[in-house]
Amino acid sequence: MRILYFAWLRERVGLAEETVTPPSEVRDVASLLAWLRSRGGVYETALADLSMVRVAVNQDYARPEDPVAANDEVALFPPVTGG
Amino acid sequence: MSVRVQREDFDTAAELERLSRDNPRIGAVVTFTGLVRDFAPGETVRRMTLEHYPGMTEKQLNAIVQEAEQRWPLDGCLVIHRHGQLDPGDRIVLVITTSAHREAAFEACAFLVDWLKTKAPFWKLEEQGSGERWVEARDSDDAAAARWQR
Repeated sequence: MRILYFAWLRERVGLAEETVTPPSEVRDVASLLAWLRSRGGVYETALADLSMVRVAVNQDYARPEDPVAANDEVALFPPVTGG
Repeated sequence: MSVRVQREDFDTAAELERLSRDNPRIGAVVTFTGLVRDFAPGETVRRMTLEHYPGMTEKQLNAIVQEAEQRWPLDGCLVIHRHGQLDPGDRIVLVITTSAHREAAFEACAFLVDWLKTKAPFWKLEEQGSGERWVEARDSDDAAAARWQR
């Protein structure tokens, strides 16, 4: 699974992108975020406040209950500020 | 309809001409141009970097434009959003809608601007005298977009 980080999430994690293999019980966005955060260190800090984290799965906005699978592109980013 | 995400500046007059030329059915053209403003309280913003999510940006902008075209009788629609380094006063976004009548063009343009502010994956990083700061999303932008929900 490809994980992309943008804006201050990218800065806090220290990575723009990584490939991860979550355990089989990670099936939706909520459990993926919990697992990413459980890795501790910068992940725990960057994902401390999930109200500030938006998620897209395969470039569409996703909710906590939306499914994720091994070949998905999952992006984590703060609320957008374009326009 | 057309969506472009680019570093380069755009020429509003040329885009407007391209959209409305040789189409006598068009009775109204509405243009919105967004500029980089110096909005940090008490500090002077020297420059801004606009980060985006290549791929998702185009996908979301296209979806928003398609929705506008379903909701209003538009003849044409163009969205250009810049990314990269921008200075105060620079043009950052252009939205043009054309229609037979003004109501559709006005409403669709406002809809597109409100939605792209809350849905298009862009993030503003301001450079100030004291360092850099990520601009925070504003509740008023969410409220502006919410008025279009059906």
